Formats: sequence, C-alpha cells, structure tokens
Amino acid sequence: MADTSSKPDHFEVRVLRQDGPQASSYWERHRVRYEPDMNVISVLQRIASQSQTVDGKEVSPVAWECNCLEEVCGACTMVVNGRVRQACTALVDRLMAEQESDIELQPMSKFPVQRDLVVERRRMFRGLEKSKAWVTVDTYGPMGAGPRISQTEQENNYPLSQCMSCGCCLEACPQYTKVELVQGDSESDDAFAERQDSTFDGEFVGAHAISQVMLFNGHPIAKNDANERLDSLMAPGGIQVCGNAQNCVAVCPKEIPLTTSIARAGRATTVRAITKFFG
Amino acid sequence: MPNQKVMIIGGGLAGLAAAMKLAELGVDVDLMSLTPVKRSHSVCAQGGINSVNKQTRLAGDNEWKHFDDTVYGGDFLNHQPPVKEMTEWAPRIIDLMDRLGVTFNRTTEGFLDHRRFGGTLYKRTAFAGATTGQQLLYVLDEQVRRWQSQGRVKVYESWDYLGPILADDGTCCGCVAQDLATMEIRSFSADAVVVASGGCGLIFGRSTMSMVCTGSAVSRSFQMGADYGNGEFIQVHPTAIPGADKLRLMSESARGEGGRVWVPSTPQDSRTPRSIPEAERYYFLEDRYPEYGNLVPRDIATREIFNICVNEGLSVEQGRQCVFLDLTHIERSELDRKLGGILEIYEKFQGVDPRDHPMKIFPAVHYSMGGLWVDYQKSGSGGLQWGSPQNQTTKIPGLYAIGECDYQYHGANRLGANSLLSCIFSGLLVAPSLVEWLKIVPKAAADQPSSLYEAARQERQVRHDKLLNRPSGGENPYLIHEELGDVLTKSATVVRRNPQLEEGIDKVLELKDRAAACSLSDTGNWTNQNVVFTKALQDMFPLALTVLRGALARDECRGAHFKPDFAMPSLKCEEPGERIREAEAWCDRFEGNVDKWLKSTIATWQGDDVELSYEEVDTSLIVPRPRLYGLVGADVIEEVWKERVAKRTDVEATTA
Repeated sequence: MADTSSKPDHFEVRVLRQDGPQASSYWERHRVRYEPDMNVISVLQRIASQSQTVDGKEVSPVAWECNCLEEVCGACTMVVNGRVRQACTALVDRLMAEQESDIELQPMSKFPVQRDLVVERRRMFRGLEKSKAWVTVDTYGPMGAGPRISQTEQENNYPLSQCMSCGCCLEACPQYTKVELVQGDSESDDAFAERQDSTFDGEFVGAHAISQVMLFNGHPIAKNDANERLDSLMAPGGIQVCGNAQNCVAVCPKEIPLTTSIARAGRATTVRAITKFFG
Repeated sequence: MPNQKVMIIGGGLAGLAAAMKLAELGVDVDLMSLTPVKRSHSVCAQGGINSVNKQTRLAGDNEWKHFDDTVYGGDFLNHQPPVKEMTEWAPRIIDLMDRLGVTFNRTTEGFLDHRRFGGTLYKRTAFAGATTGQQLLYVLDEQVRRWQSQGRVKVYESWDYLGPILADDGTCCGCVAQDLATMEIRSFSADAVVVASGGCGLIFGRSTMSMVCTGSAVSRSFQMGADYGNGEFIQVHPTAIPGADKLRLMSESARGEGGRVWVPSTPQDSRTPRSIPEAERYYFLEDRYPEYGNLVPRDIATREIFNICVNEGLSVEQGRQCVFLDLTHIERSELDRKLGGILEIYEKFQGVDPRDHPMKIFPAVHYSMGGLWVDYQKSGSGGLQWGSPQNQTTKIPGLYAIGECDYQYHGANRLGANSLLSCIFSGLLVAPSLVEWLKIVPKAAADQPSSLYEAARQERQVRHDKLLNRPSGGENPYLIHEELGDVLTKSATVVRRNPQLEEGIDKVLELKDRAAACSLSDTGNWTNQNVVFTKALQDMFPLALTVLRGALARDECRGAHFKPDFAMPSLKCEEPGERIREAEAWCDRFEGNVDKWLKSTIATWQGDDVELSYEEVDTSLIVPRPRLYGLVGADVIEEVWKERVAKRTDVEATTA
C-alpha cells in the first residue's frame, strides 16, 4: 500500500517541448497536484487540463502519444528521468522514491520529433516490411488447420511475438541513429514517403526487426522465405551494424531475448553467406 | 467499374481482416486509423477466441451449441441468422489465424490448446498466453503490410475520420478526414466506406478501453443518418483496477483461486487492511450468496460491488469507490504458481504487491454490445447469404460497419471470448459483400462532382476554424469530459433507475451546451491534440443520449441492462400446488415481457437529440427462454416452462 502520508501536495514536472519538426526545443516546468496511483500518463492528462506552467503562464497542452495504458500497444514510449520506457508503467510514487527531484520527460532522441513528446516511428514499420515479417499463405480461404507446433517451439516463439514496436531497444542502441528528412515544397506525400523508405533501408534496422526475422524464420511455413529475410539482414543497414552493446535487451519492456535473437541471426547469416559463396 | 476503392476506418481486428480479404479479392483499399494500426485497442483482449474444436466435439459439442450459448448469453436480443453464421465459421477462422502464424498455446501433441470461459460447458477458447488479442492483431497487421508492400492497400495512420460524404441520392461516396500532424482536412473519394472503429467506452470517462475509443467515428456516421442499435447495452466487468488514468482488468481467475471480496464494516476505516480484525470485515458476497460466495456470476458480482460502494457507502476509500479483493491468506508459492502473470500486472501498475496487500478493485465499463445498426440477408438454411451487399450495411447505402462498433452479434450481453471472433468474422464477411456492392453502386465515386467533395471538406473546415477561434475563458473540454463520465457512470452502468436516468439526461443536455462553448488552450495548427479531443468530446453527446434514452425507455431487465424496479421476482409460495400456480403466472409475465421488450432499440439522430423506435428480433431458430440463475423457485419455473414449450410444439406439429 503506497504510504500517502509522506507525499507532497504537489510536485513539479520538467518537460522538454518542441513546437514542431526541426524547431528548437525548450524546457517547461509544470506543477501537478499529487494523487494516489498516478502514472506519467495521468500527470500529462493533468498538465493538458491545466495548460499553465509553474509561473502561471498560459501554454498549449503538452502533446504526447498513448493508447492502451496497459503496456501492450507500444504508443507511449518516452524518456522518463533519463530512461527510455513506457509512460503508462512509469508510476509517480516509484519515480519519487528513485529520485528526490522533479520528474523529467523528454521525447525519444532517435526519431524525428513531431511535437513535444510525439515522435514519428514510421521507420520501425518500414523495417518490418523490409524484413518480410509475415507468413506468406496461398489464400485466406478455408484450407484446414495450420502446421502442428510443439510446446517448446511455441514457448520459444511467443516471447518474440510480443514485440509491440515501441522503440525502446532503438533508443538505447548506440548504432541506431536518427534519420530526419524534410519534405520538399513541391514533393508529393507519396514521393516523400518513397524517399524516406529508401533512406531508412540503408540505415540500421535495429534489434526489433532482427528479432522478428528470427520469429518468422522459426515458423514452419514462414521459413519458406527465410533466405530473403536473411539477405535483407546482410544488406546495408543489416545485422553487421550491431555493435553488441546489449543495451536493447536491458530496456525492452517485454523482456524479449533480443540479444539471443541477434546471436542466432548472426549465425544464420554467416551460414547463408557461406552457402551463397559456394552455391 | 474501373478504379474503384474502399475506405476502411479503423485498423483493429475487424478493419484489418476486411482489408486483407478485400486485397485478396482484388479490391484497392485505403485504411485510415487514429494510431499506427499495430497500436489498436484489439491488443488489450487477453483471454482468447471461441470456436467449436476437435476436443469439444469429442465431448458432444457442435456449432449449434455455440450458437445457442451465444444467444442465451445475449438474453435473445441478438438476431439469430448472423450469430448462426458466425459460430459456423468460427472453426475456419481459428484455422486461418493458426495458418497466419498466431502463437497459440499448444497441447503436448502440438494441437491448439483450449480453456473454458464463462457461459459455456465446453473448452472452446483458443489462446496465446495472456495476450490473445495482441497476437491476433499482429498477424493481421503483418498481412496488411504484405499487401501494402504490393501496393494493394494504402494506410493513412494518424488521421481522424470526420464523417461520411453523401451524394445527392444519399449514397456514401467517401469521407472527410484530418491529418493529426499537419491538421490538414481532406476529402477522400471511395465507393464504399467501412466503419471499424471499435467501442465508445470513453463516454463513461474511464473504462477498460483504450484512449482512442471515444466513439467519434461512429457518432459522426450516426449524426449523418446511420441508425444506432441497442445503445443501452454496455457490459460492465466486475473486477478492474481503478487508476487515475484508466481502469485495468483484473481477471476473474483471482476469485477462482480463492480470492475473497470484502470491505471494512466501519466506512473508510483508516487502519491498514491487514490490521483490521476478521470480525470487523464484511465479506458481503459470501454473506449474501452463501452457496456461490465470491464466485457468483459476473453480473451479480458487478451489481453487489457497485451497490456496497454507491448505495451503502462502504467503499474502502473516501474519495474513490473500491472494495478489497484479498489473496493475502493464500501461500505466496501457490499464488506465484497459479496467478503469477495477473499479479504482476497489479504490481506493475499499482506499485503494490498483492501477495502482501489486498487489491483494490471496482467494476468498469468494458464493452459496447450496441453499435451502428447493420443489415444482413438471411440464407435458406437460416444463416447468412454470403456475398450479399446487404450484409453489414448501415442505414446509409455504401456505408458499412463491422466489429465492436456494429450492434449485431452480442445481443444484451456478450459472452467472454466471443468479441475477437465477431470482429474477425464481420471483417471477413463484409469483404465479398463489398465486392458485390461495387458492382451495383449507383454512380462511381470517381464520377461524382468535385464540388461535392469540396463542400463536404469546407463544412468540416468551418467547424474546425470556428473552434480554434472561440474566445478564451470558456469551458475546459477535459473537465467537461470528466463530468460527462461521472454522470454516465452514475446513471447508466450497473444499476439503472428511471429517476436517475432522467436526471442523467438533463445533466448531459446541459453539458452538451457547455461543451459547445469550450475554449481551446491550443489554437495552433500543428499536432493540435486539444482541438481533436474537443471535437471528439462534442461528438460523445449523441452517443451518451442514445445510451441514456434507450435505458430510460426499456422498463425491464435484460442481460447487462438491469433495472431492479422491473426485475422478475422469485417465487414466494411454499405449498407445492400454489407454487406451480405462481410459476404459471411467472411464465405468463415472462411471455408478456418477451412480446413487449424482445426488440432491438433503434436510435435515430434528429439534429439535437435522439428518437427511439423498436424493431423485431429474428428468433426463428431458437425459442427465447427465461434465464433463471439465482432465482428462488427456478426449478419449478423451468418445469412449467418446459411443459409449455412442449405443448406449443405439439400444437404446431398438429396444425402443420
């Protein structure tokens, strides 16, 4: 039971704000009334409702992304007190116990900021497309059950299938660097998206996508496309970029064995390279 | 017609299932979503997905029994042909999900494993750990990405649907939407629009639903002429973890493993719960239902917990309603072994170990059985005519609705693990129906005048600009939302009484006017979440009124709609002969009630309020029968009822 007797009436929150893409960022302080069972989401809800800084200045509500608030959708990733995590499971009581000072919120640094704490993570989904992270089936018609799968296989694959594309592993990765392009005045949305995709494809794909390759290459039907997936990991921006810092696995909120996936992918791509060389 | 296109609003299970099936059928699809589709609310479903399977068949199960359980669970308010079709398709849907790579739990032999859920005797529920919804959504997301890479599907993520565009003849020929980053408002032409936007839990303030479940897409379609069915039927789950931001589910299995529900006998006792002696604790479920104790059915548990806090003032906390769900008397090792996963959720979000401290829980709004009214075409065998353009169409031709936002599959109460099924089923069903609709669409969207699209866009632009330009110092949309949630939670969740509902309607009408006078704290035109929220808030009122007016008008108890003033009584007579006569009278009253109230509530938007009408329910396959759980004299009533049905069947056989 959280002991509320020693809690302050109010606490302060520092938010790193940014009015739009490429705009300069600035810190802003907000004061929030303490309530039991608060998490960072409810703090941001109060800030939106107040729209006033600690100095009484009227400001627009801080923008942030969230949805399920149960740590299964991956939307609310941000940097809380210097650590990348989901805002929904960042509990105020815990944060206060960890450090005396204010709560500090920043957007992820590896993705372009849309506004305030909202970042554009389309590059992650492009990574899944590039890795062909799906099962290719003949038809959606009734063809009977899928392949039999042992309990062991299921137990190995289930943790990997829980990846919610939140981006924590990428924020923590020293090799994953921000790619931010600006749409030209005369450039259409489609042309811009295409230019983004081709730029993304040359940059590091990251732990989340490597782990998905191992998930699908372990599936009895999806492994028909295994070589294509391995080839994508051997192309520029592939697994060779990984510096083995192992930060990814430490920050994954779903505790996915990302470094195990990377090690397996490393072995599989080596075998693939040798086979291709002699093939 | 060449270059035809379908626009789908929402990328949860239903929207994605429809998109992938349409793509396979060769139709170009645009898919629009408030969030990246992988973050849709479907990820929150934990338990599983129902279907008859090889193991249940061995125990005597079949599709008809799944059908019967579903309509019985729904208190017979579901139209039977769509439910029959859905339950027949269920095994094929599980097969398909299995083929697409869902990491379902397995048996020793490698078959799908199943668990038992409420409302049935069979282990019909396939599951993937405690994240079945997430796993199902991911495989559909992957399939749609596959079609995206082939150019068949185009996804517009972070767009807000502002409403359908109607041609002169009233046919839907596209929609208006707003880019949540640039705030650009744009018209999209489409030969059909499919709303797959999920439930409307946020009209109750906090619920178990995700933040996008405002009901705005449904409301905007409703306000343009699509009728709404059975709005008053809202499922409330008995045990959720109250949070400052949302209410999170606590699985029923906590009680199944011995969890006890109690409150201190002294209101808001300030002592730590474990220091309160046994004699000063009130185990109200055990006390009032000695036979079932803490494992009374869901609706009864929900009503009792609600009642003890709201009407008896025995909530554990002063400013907030909750009761204790206590596991601390059970060995830690046993808890870890049996309940580890769900206890971690509580620990993660409350920062408190439920092995040491009783959990605080309260019922929470969980699912909207009601939704946009949709049609279907019945087949000769009593199911659905596959490929009929009538299936899943709303009152607006060319505008379809699927998933939680249609009203069709769950009647007055949804059975656990049937929601994922109905979402995927309606998505797969609508695809061939749309292919047929595209063949008979009166005029291709591409041939509609551009002035039509510009006018529709302009109308939404004006609304947007007006809001941005409202003078400061007006109402705060976030605070009005809180008030709206309080009114609806108080008057229209667990226990409903007409005076409270009338009062609720008055308050909602007042809040509706106040919401029109909101001032924005952000008047910018870049990622302005303030204006997007305010529009969603204003669009909550038509749905809130639909729920309240439907509940006020329906003077009976049916499924999730509980009005104690109109409840069917228990039998009182002790003498056997008297008791049979009393049971006869009970059955007469039941039949009278069926004649009067076994009808779908249909709400139509009249510009500033809703108008209700009623529609017959198709019960051609299974005769509605009383649900007698927990009633004194249930055995006698059941006997009398069976005799009546047998007699009626004899008469029908003779006259035929």
